[in-house]
This record gives sequence, C-alpha cells and structure tokens, in this order.
Amino acid sequence: MTDPLMAYLVIPLVKIVVIVAVLMLVVAYLTFAERKVLAYMQVRIGPNRVGPRGWLQPIADGLKLFVKEDLIPSGAQRFVFVLAPCLIFVPAFLVWAVIPFAPATDLFGLLPQPVEPFLADINIAVLFVLGVSSVGVFGLILGGWASNNKFSLMGGLRSAAQMVSYEVPLGFAIVAVLLMAGSLSLVDIVEAQRDMGVWFVFPGILAFGLYFVCGVAETNRNPFDLPEAESELVAGFHTEYSGMKFALFFLAEYANMLVVSSLAVIFFFGGWLPPFPNLLASVWAAPVLAWIPPFVWYAVKVGFFIVLYIWFRGTFPRYRFDQLMEVGWKWLLPLSLANIMLVGLGVMLLKG
Amino acid sequence: MTEPLKSLFDVEEMELSFGPQHPATHGVLRVQLKLDGERIIEAKPIIGYLHRGTEKLFETMAFPQCIPHTDRMDYVAAATNNQGFCVAMEKLLGITIPPRAAYLRMILAELQRLASHLVWLATHAIDIGAITPFFYTFRERDAILDLFEEYCGARLTLNTMKIGGVPFEVPDGWLDRCSELVDGFNAHIDEYETLLTGNRIWKRRTVGVGVVSPEDAIDYGFTGPPLRGSGVEWDIRKVFPYDRYDEIDFKVPTGANGDTYDRYLVRIEEMRQSVRIIRQCLDRMPDGPIMAKAPKILRSTEGMVYGSVEAPKGELGYFLVTTEKGTEPYRCHVRPPSFVNLQLLPKMVEGSLVADLVAVIGTLDIVLGEIDR
Repeated sequence: MTDPLMAYLVIPLVKIVVIVAVLMLVVAYLTFAERKVLAYMQVRIGPNRVGPRGWLQPIADGLKLFVKEDLIPSGAQRFVFVLAPCLIFVPAFLVWAVIPFAPATDLFGLLPQPVEPFLADINIAVLFVLGVSSVGVFGLILGGWASNNKFSLMGGLRSAAQMVSYEVPLGFAIVAVLLMAGSLSLVDIVEAQRDMGVWFVFPGILAFGLYFVCGVAETNRNPFDLPEAESELVAGFHTEYSGMKFALFFLAEYANMLVVSSLAVIFFFGGWLPPFPNLLASVWAAPVLAWIPPFVWYAVKVGFFIVLYIWFRGTFPRYRFDQLMEVGWKWLLPLSLANIMLVGLGVMLLKG
Repeated sequence: MTEPLKSLFDVEEMELSFGPQHPATHGVLRVQLKLDGERIIEAKPIIGYLHRGTEKLFETMAFPQCIPHTDRMDYVAAATNNQGFCVAMEKLLGITIPPRAAYLRMILAELQRLASHLVWLATHAIDIGAITPFFYTFRERDAILDLFEEYCGARLTLNTMKIGGVPFEVPDGWLDRCSELVDGFNAHIDEYETLLTGNRIWKRRTVGVGVVSPEDAIDYGFTGPPLRGSGVEWDIRKVFPYDRYDEIDFKVPTGANGDTYDRYLVRIEEMRQSVRIIRQCLDRMPDGPIMAKAPKILRSTEGMVYGSVEAPKGELGYFLVTTEKGTEPYRCHVRPPSFVNLQLLPKMVEGSLVADLVAVIGTLDIVLGEIDR
C-alpha cells in the first residue's frame, strides 16, 4: 500500500465515486422518506404508485426533473442564474469530503488492511465544514437576485439575513464542543468522546440545543423556512427555477440537512460509537451493541435527526421575519456566548 | 428598477403585485403592495377577477332558478347561501315553512358552517406555515360532504333548499349518521386545538396581528367572526332569528382584543356551538311535511325585501326588488360578508410585514366567488 499512485489517486477516486453515488441516492430517498413520514403524520398514505409501495418514486421524480424544459426567464442575469444552483449544490456535497461516518474498516476481511471509508481526516475539518457550507448562502442570494422576480429577491434577502445571523450562534455552539474535545478534527472529536466515556450531549446539552436550532435555521427548514415560505413568497428564491436547476436546489437542501444531522451526531452523539460508551464494559448487552457495525450506529443516529426535521415540518407554523431575527440575535447569540463561558469553566475545573 | 439609484443610501419603494395568482390569496384576490423592504407602506386590494354577473343573471331567472346560482357565490358554504335566498323570498311571499323543514335547514346550515370553518382553519394554518391541520380538517370536512352528497347528491354546490322548505326528505339512517358525526366532532376540534392553540409560534404569529377595534369593526360594517372577534356580540341567528333558531340554545362567542388569535378562538368556539345546535336539532326533530304550501309558479307582489342569514363568514343578505305578478326579481342585490369584511384590509396591514398580510387575509376568511359575484 505504499504505492503513491494507489494511495493518492486510485483509492481517493474510488472513495469519491462511492461517496457521491451513495449520497445522491440517500438524498433522493430522503425526499421519499420525508413524503412518507409526513404523510403518516398527516393521516394520509403518501406516494405509493411508482414501484412497489412507491419505492421508485424518487427515481421517477429525478427523471422527470432531468427531462423537463429548463426555463430561463427573460430579464434574468443568465450567467448568475445558471451559476447560483451550482454555488449551492457544490458546497453541500463538498462538505462530505471530511465527514467521518465510520472508523477504519477492512470490510469484514475483504481488504488486506483497514481503510478509512471517508475521504480525508484533516486537522481543521470543523473550520472546513463551516467555511464551505457558508458559501452556499451565495447561491441563495444570487439565485434570488438573478431571477428578476420580486418574490425571489425577497426570498434571497431573507435567506441572506437568516443564514448570516444564525451562523454566529452556530459557530459559538460548536466552540463549546471544541473546548471539550480539544481538537478541530472531526475524527478526534469522536474519539475524544470514546476516551472520555461520555457523549458530549450530556455535558453540552445547551450547546446541542443551540446547535440544532441554528442548524435547522441554516438549512431553511420549518419553522425557519422563510426564504421559501410558500404562502408568502410563492417559492422564495427558487420561484423561477425549473427542471434540473430546481433539482439541484432541492438536492442541496436535503444534503445540507444530512450535513447538519451528521455534525450533530459527530459533535454530540458520539459519531459511529455505540450508545453509552462508558457502560460498554459492564452491561450484558455490550457485546451486542459492539457487534453492530459502526456505520449502522451512525446511520441510525442521523436518521433520528432527519425524522426530527420532518417532525418539525409536520408540527410547527412559520416564524415571521422580525421574530426570526429576534430569536437569533436576542436569544441564541447571548445564550451561546454564556454557554462558551460555562463550558470553558467546566473544562478548566475538570481538566485542570 | 428602471432608474438607477442616485447614491448608495438612496432608498426606493418596491411595488409588489401580490396575486391574483398567489398561493395565499384564497383565490384571485390581488393586493397591490408598496413595500419598504418587507414592511407594507400601502396595500390596495383589487377585486373583480372572478366576476360572473350573478346579480344580473338573477333578473332573468324565475325565483326558484336563482337558487343554484347562489351556490356559486360562497362556494365553500353553499347551503347558507341557499338559505339566505330562501329566507328573503319567504319573507317576500309571506310563507312560513313547516317545523321539520326548518330543523333540516338548520342542520344543513350548521353542517355547512362546520365545513366552511374547517376550510378556513386549514388554509389559515397553511398560510402561517403549519401544514398538518389541513389534512386533519379535510378528513372531517369530507365526512360532512359525504352527508351532503347522501342528502342531495352534490358535495359542493348543494342546491339543497327550496323556497318554502327543503326539496328532499332525509334518506333512511341519515339522521343517525349525522348524529354519529356530530358526537365525535368535539374530539376532532380538540385535535386541531392541540396543534395550534397553545403553540408558541402560532401565538406569536397571530396575537396582536391585524387588530381591529370594536368601533372600526362597526364603522366598516364587519359581520360574523371578524366582528365578534373584536368583542361585539352580534349574530343574525340571535338578533333576527330565522328558521327556528329562536328555539335553540346556543352561545355567541366573542373575543377581547380583536386580533387574529381572537378571531381564531371565536371560530373554533363557533364550531363547538354549531355542534351543539345540530345536536339539539337532531334531538327535537319534528315530524311533518318538508314543504310549505306554495303555488307551483311563484309570483311576487310589488315591493322590496331584505332577508339575511348568518353565513359562516358573516351576515349574508339578499335585497330583492320585485314587480307585481313577476316571476323573477327585478333587481337582486347581495350583501356578501367577505366583500364588506375585506374593506378594512389596508388599514389592518399597513405598517406590518408581508407575512402579516398573509395572516390577515387568512383571518378575514374571504371567498372571492362571493366578493366578485
């Protein structure tokens, strides 16, 4: 395995292809899951016509969007109009380069030596994720502006204000995690939770709450879905988009949901670790819990957050714009600042 | 965006045409907005996109033929529209309808009020971003429409009342099925309330939004839930009872602050009162004929008459001018509650945000078919 061609080209390429393909499929089926779960919450059945029990629905949706006519409204800034969906889609998928969804594995003995299934473990992964994902907001603003539509423009403006103001408490909430883990590498953060024998959600419950609220706001989902508030702004920033460009916005939104859920799992719920790492040695169920592959733990935890997202959508009305700003600046920001001090004090006292 | 801004700090008002094709304007209402960012400087409702000349059509039709056309005005509450026209006509012709007909009419009208309020709740909640109540309310609404279908064959445009009574005797077991539905209804209302009444976001979106003082409400001719939400106790069923509402015991709920949340509570309570009314009607249902003795061809005397009923959205009145021995109205003016209630929209939303406009349109519960006629 010392062959540089293998190590730097072939293996990463294989990983990239696999990750992107799986991610695309997961995102597509996420839309299906959302429609199904939402349907069951709303006393209806949901998609059940395409394929057995509707399982081919996302494929059909994808095909439809792919062959649909791609409209560019007259008066739109053509270049920016085309650029915007790329600007939001690329970061949403780029982030996955550093998200560790499982530890090094030899795939049940199939590989000669353990390989890390994720693409890269970089030492500033947290900064990378925050930096890359905040590029996505440009896509929203530019898309809204370039459409030459007042509703789109307002959606774009709303999203700009919202994402900028919620990124601040989001960052501060993550700082609390960094204080506890002492590292910016996502892998190290997971391993710190294993070593400490406790998921960060227990010492950092406030940080978790702040993180998740801001995360929901970052992804423009209920109850913070103002940029695309259907009843107010028709469809917000993507009113004028159709066909594959619209699909890119959609894929990006769901990929971002996955990112936020994944990070919540990694920061606060021990990533791929089985539950209650500190009890592992003493409980009779420990061997069973440890036997389940780490990736399954990770997927189950992420799935929980996804269901939470859908549950929010099923139950919450939408905030008004000024109230949204109020929540962000008057509540979340001071709370997250106070949280840093609290966690910092705790870390100082415990670690010495 | 035609003229370039003079400097960086120059501000410009944005004009936004909100509708007529917009998901939240409940049909083809168009509101011309002048916006400063998201704040509304001026709002001007523009109507007429659904004008069908119903009032003029009435002038060419024999009295009974008018009734199907009343269905199409407030198309989510057809039964009360029929009732309004029949009440006005009976007043004109001096017909007293038999008790069984009156009780059946009250059942139909109150079922219709429930159905209409369910549509209002569904759309109002969706406008404010809560999508789930829609599916729950439409489940119950469908059950009500099933009853209508069984009774008169139609689900939406019912044409279910005649001048002098009701056209059909109820099918076997219909009253039992109606009773079953009514008994379970309060539990369903509790369900909707679980989703919304105590919800903090719902309260933040509705409390203090679109406040109407009782004076304004009276000055602008508000009727129905918007008037009662402002704390004025006024219900045609109480003050000018028609059919047999004077024999029924029910309360008229009122609000205190006149905001969107109060109007929401008033309508929810009205649904519970409708359930009570139907319950009483079912318990006391008299036997007897369902049509009064009226001539085959109705001929009017010269005169004018105004008859009104409490429709789900407010006072629905018909003003008829008739000629001697005429078979059709000389002139029929309809006083639609939605039209009058819409008047205050600009005053209610000025200075608030676009999101509030949506909430206010929802809380006024307008139907464009009735506004434009």
